[in-house]
Amino acid sequence: MPDKIKFTIDGKDCQADPGMTIYEAARASGIYIPVLCHFEGLKPVGSCRICSVRVNGRWMASCTQPVTPGMVIENTSPEVEEHRRAIIEMLFVEGNHFCPACEKSGNCELQALAYRYQIMVPQFPYLFPKKDIEAFPKFLLEHNRCVQCQRCIRAIQTPDGKKIFAMKNRSGRVRINVDRKLAASLSDEEARKAMDICPVGAILKKEVGFRVPIGQRRYDKKPIGSEIEEKR
Amino acid sequence: MNYKKILQKYRKDRTRLIEILKEIQATEGYIPEKGILSVADELGLSRAEVEGVISFYHFLSARPLGKYVIYLNNSITAEMAGREKVARAWEQEAGCSFGQTSADGLFTLLETSCIGMNDQEPAALINRVVFTRLNPEKVSQLAGWMREGRAVEDMVEETGDGANNHQLVRAMVRNNIRKTGPVVFGDYSAGQAIRKALETTPEGIIDEVKKANLLGRGGAGFPTGLKWEFCRKEKGEQRFVICNADEGEPGTFKDRVILTERPEMVFEGMAIAGYAVGARLGILYLRHEYSYLRRYLEHVLQKMREQGWLGQNIAGRGFAFDIEIKMGAGAYVCGEESALIESAEGKRGEPRDRPPFPVQKGYLNLPSTVNNVETLATATQIIVHGANWFRSMGTPVSTGTKLLSVSGDCQKPGIYEVEYGLTIKELLEMVGAEDTLAVQVGGPSGNCISEAGFGRKICFSDLPTGGSIIIFNRSRDLFAVVRNFLDFFIEESCGWCVPCRAGNVLLKKKFEKIASGLGTVQDLKEIEAWGKIIKSTSRCGLGQTSPNPVLTTLSNFREVYESRVSKEADFIPEFDLNRAVAEACAITGRKFQEEQEHA
Ligand SMILES: Cc1cc2nc3c(=O)[nH]c(=O)nc-3n(C[C@H](O)[C@H](O)[C@H](O)COP(=O)(O)O)c2cc1C
Ligand code: SF4
Repeated sequence: MPDKIKFTIDGKDCQADPGMTIYEAARASGIYIPVLCHFEGLKPVGSCRICSVRVNGRWMASCTQPVTPGMVIENTSPEVEEHRRAIIEMLFVEGNHFCPACEKSGNCELQALAYRYQIMVPQFPYLFPKKDIEAFPKFLLEHNRCVQCQRCIRAIQTPDGKKIFAMKNRSGRVRINVDRKLAASLSDEEARKAMDICPVGAILKKEVGFRVPIGQRRYDKKPIGSEIEEKR
Repeated sequence: MNYKKILQKYRKDRTRLIEILKEIQATEGYIPEKGILSVADELGLSRAEVEGVISFYHFLSARPLGKYVIYLNNSITAEMAGREKVARAWEQEAGCSFGQTSADGLFTLLETSCIGMNDQEPAALINRVVFTRLNPEKVSQLAGWMREGRAVEDMVEETGDGANNHQLVRAMVRNNIRKTGPVVFGDYSAGQAIRKALETTPEGIIDEVKKANLLGRGGAGFPTGLKWEFCRKEKGEQRFVICNADEGEPGTFKDRVILTERPEMVFEGMAIAGYAVGARLGILYLRHEYSYLRRYLEHVLQKMREQGWLGQNIAGRGFAFDIEIKMGAGAYVCGEESALIESAEGKRGEPRDRPPFPVQKGYLNLPSTVNNVETLATATQIIVHGANWFRSMGTPVSTGTKLLSVSGDCQKPGIYEVEYGLTIKELLEMVGAEDTLAVQVGGPSGNCISEAGFGRKICFSDLPTGGSIIIFNRSRDLFAVVRNFLDFFIEESCGWCVPCRAGNVLLKKKFEKIASGLGTVQDLKEIEAWGKIIKSTSRCGLGQTSPNPVLTTLSNFREVYESRVSKEADFIPEFDLNRAVAEACAITGRKFQEEQEHA
């Protein structure tokens, strides 16, 4: 067994196994670093940047950065938290998020992050982009709510490794592009998986809706991240 | 159209996807759905993935384009040189607006980011041919020829100087070399350096380059010797040398001139790097905008093979190294080394996370050293003349010389090879700039310097630059400059990460609020804070420098911003009701009444 890596988060001594990312190492120590694009078991892509931390004065995304010995990590300093809050707000103004009408409300990670960060009104002006909704045999793709986290791209592929979901365009015009032919062959189970892995309400399985009553939704009782913090 | 044949030509190699798509577009004018499906099928990709690649690059299109596609450059110097009139002339000739194709299918008008011709603007690519110094008269002449069906190549009436005149180039591009220096434009005879290098050990080469303290000329200034050493020490069944000829930073064009006049020096540098790191293959990643140089560069490579400076047995010493050219397809971010590698592998040019660094896992996940064109040319001369010779120039830290691409308000725009340590003031005198308001050092991602900073030096510890120097005189509107640069970053963001993708759009909105006179002191504070957040949290160098146009002008020209904002008001809404209804008021002849007057 190789030696543990020693480092600190907000002054607290922590240990990690070699090869762990900052996010994983923090989690193992019962410390929550908020993430949105990251999903357990998928290769991290560092696209949302909400997990940004400051390490020895330098900014890094904790989902992609491996821990190294002696790192002094700032996770909850006012400046780090302000940066995260700004990024969450950017996501709200960049899309069209009308939470009360959204099926994912209460189970949405973006919404849960906004609650955790007590965001009332974003500091940024709304961009009100024109976006559309696409329908596929088993699911809907609501582009207004998509945050380009790339979870669906990474998680849902054909058995021979073809991408059913892929990025299209660049700059503010990027969007998730679905391969219609391949999407038509998705099973109910895969469509359900796609919906569940989507952190927001962009991928919605057809023919079922509002399954979980208010009060029993994921973030109705406890804020996002508490499941990690409880383990401390 | 036989797509299978094209695919076979490229051996159904997924890393050649961009080349395959380019070839389809070259024959059909665009990449039709059938082509996309056929390519996807043969390469084992989904249609969505192929569409993802096409839609990432500016010069690939899944929509039909006109017979003549005019990509009019939109850099700031083009604006300063009368781009607006040229654009209107094109619209008049084509009968359509930018972004559209004319009804007869003859013209498509598109804007494009800096094409590396900042010293001869307004410039455009028509299909793949460069046209410089356009004006409305030339536009109507060109449009006339297009209506006659003339080939684009035959519209070039006069070729430029030097190798621009070579029969394989025949471009109207001018080198505008204003000042030569002892390194890149110094004495050189091809083959000398590689022969000398092969007499030493690879470690010896790395030591010499380290001793010379050669720092990367592409912008980041990483020590070249160290990079080669890292790459050499990394385990891998194969290693690669990649020459970064993407030259996308607006205002830089020195790599174009080096590749035109000193290609052997660059290729020799790649071979030396190959020997040093233990690579057998080099890749020149050439930006699409420089396609006109491709045949010429292939010819130079062939000549070097024949002379024994490249190939299986270089200089008769058993060292094997060859170079191939890979073309870009229009994306500034592909100059970022990891995005470049993705693009060279035929994918969307999205940067990778680091670690692992390219020297660890680069091209095909094998150790690769990515170096700038000028860095490699300079390394060649260091091997010939020695580290001590090199260190005798420049400053102790920033050794040697640097090629500057100078454009904007001056009498002699063009290329200058200068020693590091030159002050901005000295530079301005050299290039014949008068009444200078601001100097943009290092392109939009660099620093906008005011007169107070004209004593500062061009070097890594003070004002680093990949080579772009743009001069603005006092008749210029600084806000127009900043606006142009912000638009550039918004367009060229790869869209992967939130702060760069969304943050820059929001930054620009705030900037426009201030520019239009609706800003307050609070807005200045916010724009600064937002800029810092984008810089800190963006994933790659593009986002990390994208707020610089605002942040550096805000710190060096604060008075310009302060003169536009209200000192009294705490808050002014972005939306100006009076202005919004002004036109309606004028039409109806009725006056808009403030709310309180109703009460
Ligand atoms: C957005 C972006 C664009 C870049 N464009 C270029 C370029 O066009 N040419 C270049 O040599 N380096 C460019 N770079 C820097 C490269 O990432 C890399 O540092 C460089 O090629 C290394 O070569 P050098 O050490 O010889 O300078 C760019 C970096 C970023 C972040
Ligand atoms: S900073 Fe910009 S260019 Fe770089 S990865 Fe993020 S979105 Fe892409």
